[in-house]
Amino acid sequence: MAAAGKTHATRWGVVNVVVVLYALFPVWWIAALSFKDPGTLTDGNYIPRDWTLENYRGIFQTSEFTRALINSIGIALIATVIAVILGTMAAYAVARLRFPGKQVLIGMSLLIAMFPPISLVSPLFNIERIIGIFDTWPGLIIPYMTFSLPLAIYTLSAFFREIPWDLEKAAKVDGASPAQAFRLVIVPLAAPGVFTTAILVFIFCWNDFLFAISLTSTESARTVPAAIAFFTGSSQFQQPTGSIAAAAVVITVPIIIFVLLFQRRIVAGLTSGAVKG
Amino acid sequence: MSTMAEPTKDKARAGKALSAGARQERRLGWLLCAPAVLVMVAVTAYPIGYAVYLSLQRYDLRFPARAEFVGLNNYGAVLTSPFWWDAFWVTLFVTAVSVAVELVLGMGLAMVMHRTLFLRGTVRTAVLIPYGIVTVVAAFSWQYAWTPELGYLAELLPSGEAPLTEQWPALWLIILAEVWKTTPFMALLLLAGLALVPEETLKAAMVDGATPWQRFTKVMVPLMKPAILVALLFRTLDAFRIFDNIYVLTAGAHGTGSLSILGYDNLFTALNLGIGSAISVLIFICVGIIAFTFVKLFGAAAPGAEVKR
Amino acid sequence: MAEIVLEKVTKRYPDGSLAVRDVDLDIADGEFVILVGPSGCGKSTTLNMIAGLEDITEGTLRIGGRVVNDLAPKERDVAMVFQSYALYPHMSVRENMGFPLRLAKVDKATVDSKVEEAARVLDLSEFLDRKPANLSGGQRQRVAMGRAIVRDPKAFLMDEPLSNLDAKLRVQMRTQISRLQRRLGTTTVYVTHDQTEAMTLGDRVVVMRQGLVQQVGTPAELYGMPRNLFVAGFIGSPAMNFLNASLSAGNLRTPLGDLPLDDGARRALEQRKAPREVILGLRPEAFEDASLARDTGGPVITATVDVLESLGSDAYVYFSAEGGPVTSAELEELAMDSGLRDTGAGTDQQIVARLDAATRAREGAPVELRVDMGKAHVFDPSTGSNLTHPES
Repeated sequence: MAAAGKTHATRWGVVNVVVVLYALFPVWWIAALSFKDPGTLTDGNYIPRDWTLENYRGIFQTSEFTRALINSIGIALIATVIAVILGTMAAYAVARLRFPGKQVLIGMSLLIAMFPPISLVSPLFNIERIIGIFDTWPGLIIPYMTFSLPLAIYTLSAFFREIPWDLEKAAKVDGASPAQAFRLVIVPLAAPGVFTTAILVFIFCWNDFLFAISLTSTESARTVPAAIAFFTGSSQFQQPTGSIAAAAVVITVPIIIFVLLFQRRIVAGLTSGAVKG
Repeated sequence: MSTMAEPTKDKARAGKALSAGARQERRLGWLLCAPAVLVMVAVTAYPIGYAVYLSLQRYDLRFPARAEFVGLNNYGAVLTSPFWWDAFWVTLFVTAVSVAVELVLGMGLAMVMHRTLFLRGTVRTAVLIPYGIVTVVAAFSWQYAWTPELGYLAELLPSGEAPLTEQWPALWLIILAEVWKTTPFMALLLLAGLALVPEETLKAAMVDGATPWQRFTKVMVPLMKPAILVALLFRTLDAFRIFDNIYVLTAGAHGTGSLSILGYDNLFTALNLGIGSAISVLIFICVGIIAFTFVKLFGAAAPGAEVKR
Repeated sequence: MAEIVLEKVTKRYPDGSLAVRDVDLDIADGEFVILVGPSGCGKSTTLNMIAGLEDITEGTLRIGGRVVNDLAPKERDVAMVFQSYALYPHMSVRENMGFPLRLAKVDKATVDSKVEEAARVLDLSEFLDRKPANLSGGQRQRVAMGRAIVRDPKAFLMDEPLSNLDAKLRVQMRTQISRLQRRLGTTTVYVTHDQTEAMTLGDRVVVMRQGLVQQVGTPAELYGMPRNLFVAGFIGSPAMNFLNASLSAGNLRTPLGDLPLDDGARRALEQRKAPREVILGLRPEAFEDASLARDTGGPVITATVDVLESLGSDAYVYFSAEGGPVTSAELEELAMDSGLRDTGAGTDQQIVARLDAATRAREGAPVELRVDMGKAHVFDPSTGSNLTHPES
């Protein structure tokens, strides 16, 4: 019995290790590259023989990267805040109120969730040039928040539906004013959902590449994923592999931190809208 | 309760009460949704209309003054061009293969996450990393891995092979990168579906003499069907707009360009806004057809349906 | 502490439906009143209107002599216990129970001492620092009670507070609530759909149906003198037996045979100009095993026992009477509410009799039953009203 349990455990252990390796190997490889000096870059070793921070020093000395990092953080944060605020309002209405047009709203956000971004690139490119926000922060913030709104509305309305609204009544009978009931009871209950949604939306904005290369032309609004892609062409003879790897690691770090800290919430958020609950 | 005979006087007053209470709720609902709706309309509906308008023009960005209305000529040019059809088949192939592989792998992964008792947290965390990582970063990692002299994976191949420079190997590598990145998402959606299968139903099937495979095909899959369809729909539409991975891995060279790459090239390399817009509109129509097919074929399983109740 | 007075209170929903119609109710200070009825009868709506969670469309509501129609819940000083308990999941038991006091800006020391006092009374002292998620169903229920009693409010409002507990715990908590209410002497309005709960807990019981009050009275009054078919069928377990009957010369012709009415009933029926076709209602204890009966009055019928349920103290005997089942809107609704329609009981009328445990009735064998016609009720099938009731 004990032996059977043990082989069972071993089997699961092996499976789990395989899964973890599968998930982490490409990440490990690019991290290893980022710590190699140019001389050993091509040695094919999984672990750098001579650890160096040269690549990191290099990218942080160029405004090409630092500026892009600031752009990435700023644009993603602002887009996230706006999308979550607008999404919270709409999701509250979807989850709690009865009004005609609700189905239209849901259908529309579903449609946008499925929208091919490339279809918007050409018109947005032209519109943004005409109204003068091409290659600016707003030029990226606006499409980002639009495309993350469906995600925000979906996730948030699923969370809001879970809140037992009896509690609002209970608070009122317990002597709370409507404002107190909202602040002391509803907000603490809704906060985790809003926070989770913010993480998902941030990851979405942080990840984008197509808009970032299409709607920017200079350093002034180019985000890191786009900047990395342009590192490649900067020198014809020496591939900037080390720099790209280092930059890649830098923008991966926040994602890994989110995942490590909020694993449970992210899973809950990703799956909330997808399954009837 | 709700159907009771009552004097007409009451009914008239009730009619007024209805409009007061419901109107307030309705107004609040609209007010709360208005900003989101305005943004979505302004940033998607209007531009897609504008794209349709642009696609009917001859519009070369190098000669904006020579723009003129040409009707459906751009569409004719696109649809008779081999570039469009090559990109179309590449996109379809990559979409079909990667979604199919993801479904199988994702189901396996979901089972592992569902059944495993220890290291569960670790596995879930690890699996979220491919989901969260920036696609471009992952694509570069894969590109370096397959680059001769640089990558660990290229070393496994006979020397002199550069898989990313040949159409078929490159396509398979693109699919690999896509599968790696998105299988976890698929697995998480399926995991949520698995959680809906009651443990007791499976036990009942076991008592009724079903083999593990039968329990899977006859009990779990039917019960998970809504989750599977939603996952498939999301992933199919997502894969159909594949861009980042191809852009980094091959830049669309050697017959590996997807429709999104084609649209991008026409706009930013050929600087042809008219043709680029026509491609945009055509891709939009393709996505519409895919979504429509899913919803028509599987009806209630469409993601929008869950909200109705 | 205060009395609660409802005058012609009506609730009409925006879609025009009437949830509560012209409810008149006088609840004395310290009284324990139960609102009972099938789902959708308006009992919860009435409670919510008293709490201030729903607007009163028409009528007046007074708590402690003050009209509170337009006051927000917080200004009414009433406490409510919800069916779902509505405990705040992000607060510990201590914080949950202290919440109303903190909202009322009571100083911290007083809050602590009141919470601890309530926790002691409810046997919750050791759980004060737990979150609701880590409590059992019974403990959660007690926390909800605790949150209500710490404030020492004018009234307790309870909305099916026990229906989420399992049967045994429900009986225990029932006694505890009753004891607590008596000790605190706080006016209490308690909503339930369970007539047993209503009968055991309340000083007075209000039976509601379709938004209308059917009868208000002590449990004994409701049981002994139901005003109409609905109350008669709703109160009592097992329920009253109903039989189609026709009146002729002071006799009732029923599927069980001819049953003579007693004098009081005959007079009442004459006075009321009773129709020819009526419904006869007999509670299970109106039957006696004729071989055991001490008094010899009353008709004797013979029935074949279908099922015998021996409970030790009593024995229930089930037998069928010929002829179709009694039909009336009231009974229909009761059957629907209790799910009895789905039992597939066939077309014959099922009758249940409660006999002394010493009965020698056997399944499949005939038994002689004496009917105590002094306990018989006669109803008008068209209006449902009890024709033998002294005042209806």
